Amino acid sequence: MSKALEAKNINKYFRKPTEFHVLKDISFGIDDGEFVSIMGKSGCGKSTLLYILSTMDTDYEGELYINDELLTSKTPDELSMIRNEKIGFVFQFHYLLSEFSVLENVMLPAKKLGIKSPEEIEHDAMTKLDLLGIKDQALKLSSRISGGQKQRVAIARALINDPMIIMGDEPTGNLDSKNADNVFDIFKSLSQDQGLSLLVVTHDTDFAERTDRIITMGDGRIL
Amino acid sequence: MKLGVILSISKTHLLSRKKQTAVAALGVTFGIGAYVIMMSFMTGLNGLLDGLVLNRTPHVRLYNEIEPSEVQPIEKSAEYNQHKQMVQSVKPRQSQERIHNALAIMSFLKEEKNVRGVTPVVRAQGFYLAGSTRLNASLQGVDVMKEVELYNLDDYIVQGNPESLATNDNAIVLGKGAAELLSISVGDMVQISNVTGEVFPLKVVGFYQSGLADIDKVQSYVNLKTAQRLRGESTHFITDINVKLHNMEDAPEVAGDLEKLFDIKAVTVQEANAQFETGSFIRNLISYAVSITLLIVAGFGIYNILNMLIYEKMNDIAILKATGFSGRDVRMIFLSQAILIGLIGGALGLLLGYGVSLLISHIPFDTEALPTIKTYPINFDPAFYVIGIVFALISTFFAGYLPSRKAQKIDPVEIIRGQ
Repeated sequence: MSKALEAKNINKYFRKPTEFHVLKDISFGIDDGEFVSIMGKSGCGKSTLLYILSTMDTDYEGELYINDELLTSKTPDELSMIRNEKIGFVFQFHYLLSEFSVLENVMLPAKKLGIKSPEEIEHDAMTKLDLLGIKDQALKLSSRISGGQKQRVAIARALINDPMIIMGDEPTGNLDSKNADNVFDIFKSLSQDQGLSLLVVTHDTDFAERTDRIITMGDGRIL
Repeated sequence: MKLGVILSISKTHLLSRKKQTAVAALGVTFGIGAYVIMMSFMTGLNGLLDGLVLNRTPHVRLYNEIEPSEVQPIEKSAEYNQHKQMVQSVKPRQSQERIHNALAIMSFLKEEKNVRGVTPVVRAQGFYLAGSTRLNASLQGVDVMKEVELYNLDDYIVQGNPESLATNDNAIVLGKGAAELLSISVGDMVQISNVTGEVFPLKVVGFYQSGLADIDKVQSYVNLKTAQRLRGESTHFITDINVKLHNMEDAPEVAGDLEKLFDIKAVTVQEANAQFETGSFIRNLISYAVSITLLIVAGFGIYNILNMLIYEKMNDIAILKATGFSGRDVRMIFLSQAILIGLIGGALGLLLGYGVSLLISHIPFDTEALPTIKTYPINFDPAFYVIGIVFALISTFFAGYLPSRKAQKIDPVEIIRGQ
């Protein structure tokens, strides 16, 4: 089975204020369609690992593959392209562009990719919003909807370019249990029905236990 | 396509904070508006002042200077050559005031391709007679219609018309100041005596007003033939040849050539009116200095607003980068905002500048000194508008450059982690 994402011997140091070895020889992989969660205490480096895997942080040692393509030592512009095309993000804080409508927020990454026509992109965005049950909010300003809705918009945005993998940094951390369940169900169905790989950093044990695999971290290592 | 996305993002940014955008754009508007107004007005004034003197001044004036000989006779003597020579109280050489072979020189000049026109002048000194009083008179005998064509003589004839002077050999266009002193009106006769005391009655067909009071008291215009008659000379007698060139800047070169070719004194407009060049230059310098200062101030305004905007938009920048916008895209988003502000503000500035210039050009401006001017002079040169908008774009580009580079360098991880 091919791997959606693979990390080999990743080491990361913080240099300020003093040198600190955050990640120690991290090696693991995620299969296509696998739903993986990363757990661990605060400060164990799980978020740091996620940002390296997301290609946003390039200051590390080791090798990172997405879809068997080596990403280490690519230029920032190439990495932007890869993030745009292959990775979808969902964060703890919803991170929508508050001055844009919900629909525009979802459409932006696809417009950046620039493969489809604006009409197709709009159609796709509406489909994704429909999938997440917030089609009726599409034309509202994104600052005017509730937290749970925002998180679903963020998921729709993560899906717009049909990525290889979705990454989440505590995507349910800021939601009540009802909304958290909701988000989990969405993730689960994406993984089962659409064969998407998911990698989610979480503190929520209930959430983690329902995923396919839990990676537990401690002191910069996988336990 | 990609640029379209970037522009739509910057458009949303600009429109969602209309007040700030308007303030930034207004800064540019006032800068560019002030530039256009100042340049239009200043160069309009320059043109007026230049016109006052330069348009009436021949580009090259040829005449015979009465001056001492450069070589005194004793210097030619072989006997005293080795001696120290001292000649005191040197007098000007007796020479003719007329230009030798003037008609031939004129027909030669007319063939030159950088010459726009050649006019002959006969200067005659004399007196206006008013009873027993004699007032100094300086009479210019001119080819009237050519003077009108090349030096706008008609602009300065405030009463009467040049045609009646051109067709009448016993007519005079009297200086306005002299006419007042003599209490003469158009249609009256005036007695002129020449230096030898002969009296000529001439009919006043018009008044001349140059705007320079001292000149108007003395100077009058007559026909070429009348002036020759006053001096008691033939029709070949010409004291000055005035040359107007197509390009004023060629004057020094042409003058140098003519001096050598005809052994004659040639004065250029630049020598005759050096102070006007300096005046125009200084006025232009001031206009540019003020406009650039205004634009720099506007530029700092834009710089500030963009800087603030980028701090406010840290999250947006992080999310754009996380979802695949490159640093360059983010930079373009903010740079394009600066340039859009420059474009809109600049365009409004041009409109403002044009409007105010138009207004000024309709304000009455009556002055004794400038008989042809009825309103304030404005130069509606399209070049100012082109320079203005280019100025606006360049200054806003620089104002946006640093903030947008900062946006490019923002590390999304730091922002997302910071929450």
